[in-house]
Amino acid sequence: MSEDTKLKSILATDCGSTTTKAILIEKRGDEYRLAVRGEAPTTVEAPFEDVTRGVLNAVGEVEELSGRKLLDGETIITPEKDGVGVDVYVSTSSAGGGLQMMVAGVVKQMTGESAERAALGAGAIVMDVLATNDGRRPHERIERIRRLRPDMILLSGGTDGGTVEKVVEIGELVAAARPTARLGAQYELPIIYAGNKEARKNIEELLSGKCALSIVDNLRPVLERENLKPARDAIHELFMEHVMAHAPGYKKLMKWTRVPIMPTPGAVGLIMQTIAHLENISVIGVDIGGATTDVFSVWQEETKEGEREEIFNRTVSANLGMSYSVSNVLAEATLPNVLRWVPFDIDVRDLRNRIRNKMIRPTTIPQSLESLMVEQAIAREALRLAFIQHTALAVGLKGVQQQRTIADTFKQAEGGHTHVDMQKLDILVGSGGVLSHAPRRAQAAMMLIDAFLPEGVTRIAVDSIFMMPQLGVLSAVETPELQQDAKRAAVDVFNKDCLIHLGTCISPVGTGKPGKQCLEIELDIPGSGKVHEKFIFGDVKVFPFEFGPEHATGVLKPSRHFDIGAGPGKAREVSIEGGVNGIIVDCRGRRPFNVPEDATERVAWINRWTDALNAYPGQSSQAGGGK
Amino acid sequence: MAHAYTPGLRVSEFTLLEKVRRLPLLGEVTVEVGDKVTHEQVVARTRLPGDVQSMNIAHRLSIEASDLPRYMLKEQGDEIEKGEVIAESKSFFGLFKTTCDSPIRGTIETLSTVTGQALLREPPIPVEVTAYVDGVVSAVHEEEGATIQTWGAFIQGIFGVGGETSGKLRVVVDGPGVGLTGDNIPDRAEGEILVGGARVTMEAIDQARKAGARGIIAGGFDDEDLKTLLGHDLGVAITGHENLGITLVLTEGFGEISMAERTFELLSENEGLLACINGATQIRAGVIRPEIVIPKLDQEKPAASGGESLSLGLREGSRVRIIREPNFGSLGHVTGLPPELVAMECETKVRVLRVKLDSGEEYPLPRANVEMIET
Repeated sequence: MSEDTKLKSILATDCGSTTTKAILIEKRGDEYRLAVRGEAPTTVEAPFEDVTRGVLNAVGEVEELSGRKLLDGETIITPEKDGVGVDVYVSTSSAGGGLQMMVAGVVKQMTGESAERAALGAGAIVMDVLATNDGRRPHERIERIRRLRPDMILLSGGTDGGTVEKVVEIGELVAAARPTARLGAQYELPIIYAGNKEARKNIEELLSGKCALSIVDNLRPVLERENLKPARDAIHELFMEHVMAHAPGYKKLMKWTRVPIMPTPGAVGLIMQTIAHLENISVIGVDIGGATTDVFSVWQEETKEGEREEIFNRTVSANLGMSYSVSNVLAEATLPNVLRWVPFDIDVRDLRNRIRNKMIRPTTIPQSLESLMVEQAIAREALRLAFIQHTALAVGLKGVQQQRTIADTFKQAEGGHTHVDMQKLDILVGSGGVLSHAPRRAQAAMMLIDAFLPEGVTRIAVDSIFMMPQLGVLSAVETPELQQDAKRAAVDVFNKDCLIHLGTCISPVGTGKPGKQCLEIELDIPGSGKVHEKFIFGDVKVFPFEFGPEHATGVLKPSRHFDIGAGPGKAREVSIEGGVNGIIVDCRGRRPFNVPEDATERVAWINRWTDALNAYPGQSSQAGGGK
Repeated sequence: MAHAYTPGLRVSEFTLLEKVRRLPLLGEVTVEVGDKVTHEQVVARTRLPGDVQSMNIAHRLSIEASDLPRYMLKEQGDEIEKGEVIAESKSFFGLFKTTCDSPIRGTIETLSTVTGQALLREPPIPVEVTAYVDGVVSAVHEEEGATIQTWGAFIQGIFGVGGETSGKLRVVVDGPGVGLTGDNIPDRAEGEILVGGARVTMEAIDQARKAGARGIIAGGFDDEDLKTLLGHDLGVAITGHENLGITLVLTEGFGEISMAERTFELLSENEGLLACINGATQIRAGVIRPEIVIPKLDQEKPAASGGESLSLGLREGSRVRIIREPNFGSLGHVTGLPPELVAMECETKVRVLRVKLDSGEEYPLPRANVEMIET
């Protein structure tokens, strides 16, 4: 590395709704590596009500573990001098409830959805989408705006040169609601207008003086194209200026950081896009937090002109999470769906009370194995529901006229088809406490597979110690003298320390009768030799195979009604990567994926699955649990 | 000496409290700095804008939106009565008339020549904010509200439902470990706040409502009963706006759990005094916990507050409560804060503290699974 490297050490924090995580990155020789990580409860709650307290505690832990002095009283020492302090400090945040927004468009499925994607992509929680065709009467919409008290509103609608009347109609409703923000009477509510440019003057007349109005380029200038960046940039800017400045302790934190604090999901989205771009692959990423679960996907698609296009989508399930929102997972998933993943009898009343106690004391962690299994059962349901929501929103632009040939009439493909195609997915990446901190990596693999049901051949990975947000904000550093080193540090640490490859999941799509063969594999696994095995429907088996430069190669031959990615009954040549949990063959079926209803049968079914992966202590198995 | 930070709930015998009382919108403050106020006294008032109804007059009269002003009988800002004709169009030399009647009493807020729409606003809704606690006005926030300062006992609960209320404290069980059932509820409890020990049952809440009680303070509650009380399964813990006819404050959590002895003693010592309670809970960042305030303005103020403050964090000797099973609810003292990670039964490696329970048992447990108790 060149002599003029500006960054030798980096401190990055992520202030989550439950925990504040700090990482220390150091330049060692020619590369950047993660040195240590520390964490502490987030302190936006009384008696502290100051986010910097949690930051200082987490940094204090880093200091203690690394033996490097980072703090001078209550100040982070920058820049580094003689091994004391760090060169740069950056942070992300989702504490304070994250960024809560309402968005509005003229037609819900068109500009409404584009506005929603813009807000979600910027890292917001979308509380509601208002539109002229949302089925509500005007006074109901006004009442909704008043009651929700968002941090920010994104107003869109109309293509450039299109309807003015309908855009103004929505503007009138917002003006009539006189919305106040949850952050107090003195807070001037930011409203971003990103709609038809012909209506700007009317919107200005309606809203100026009543809110902090910003006007940016139309996010849907023509039906065939979205232009989300100006709206997303404005959201980031206003997030710092307005929302963060009103959260407890953030004014102080903002002064400490070298670059603006970024909403956590925005940072994770950046890293997901980086993975997809570097490897030219389709990725689904999920970040399950205490209050919310974010799902990201990047799909490699081909344009009409034959060029490759990366389609990025992010959704946030605002009330699906493992602590603050844990009770809502139970309410939405229902108790039987959670209990289907628990392989022992449990008193329902006791379980409900335990879940409530987790909600009211969100920072507690499981000590007993039974407690852990229950939390991981809830996590599966939170992930499953969040993915359903993602699939519904990660769709193509609606309202676009399509030229069809005779052949297309048989496909019935409409505008607005989902981009999610599990057979095309290359890698599924999990992040968030319940996945990253699972005591055995096999538990994370099982939660991801059970919730997302990957099809065909899919790599599974987790964020090792939950540091994607910090790496995301680091890769976004734009200060000219630091930019190059910061990006390099983010990529170095991501490749070497962040991503843990759990393995590859082979799942034939289809369903059949127990006892009937569904898959035959012939693989040459480096280190293990040749494998030739036949699987019957319902089988699960793990072949140990560590991650490395060599791949397992061979052929997968599905039976007549099963598809492994090449079509029903068609064989597929594969080159497969290994991982901590090796190659996981999951023949439990897809479309539909059925969990046995009979209690005894169900427990045996779960135990076969957990035994195969040696997921919990006290289990004897063929595979390593991959601690 | 090693130390760590952990959240904790306050239980104070006598402390200085400040309650900021704000209007939802700007309005008029009715008190001045230094005024002595009672808990029921109004300190600020405003008028919330009335509900809005929209009416597309251009569509109704079959006219162009830009022509709207020509057909209006009332102007923007005019007061209107329900049923009053506010716009009218004539055709065939005035032979046929089409009219628009106002569906509400109120004012015409806006008339749009772009959409042809009129927004009609109902009369404002008066809103008053009371002092909530007996005390002295320590600050006035112009057009927004006031801060009320008071001295007294203060207890933070862990979860509650129902909003602000007040009443005379009445302890109805013999000890902190005794559950609050229908049998403990007196026939008459008008205007009272009833104090139970351990878990309160749904039957007890129903009887307390019938007896006229305004609030219940108890150690625990069942989630199933919460569902019955609210009429739905609570998804996200944002409460306080329910209209249940009673406010419930839980001091410990869900399930069979005794009230902390110190909390029970403090409530018992103050039996017969006015308690101002609020069940509002918001378990999100910027958390709001339910609370019990027992104002004691006449008691002599201490020169300096003693005891261990929560903001100092955990240290050896700190008093803690275990907040996750096993031993949920047990009390003890911190005997060590080792820096190394320790594996739990489920194999999770975590930062721990050593705790010696009051029962004599001593073991390590995650730092995240205790809360500090102010002493």
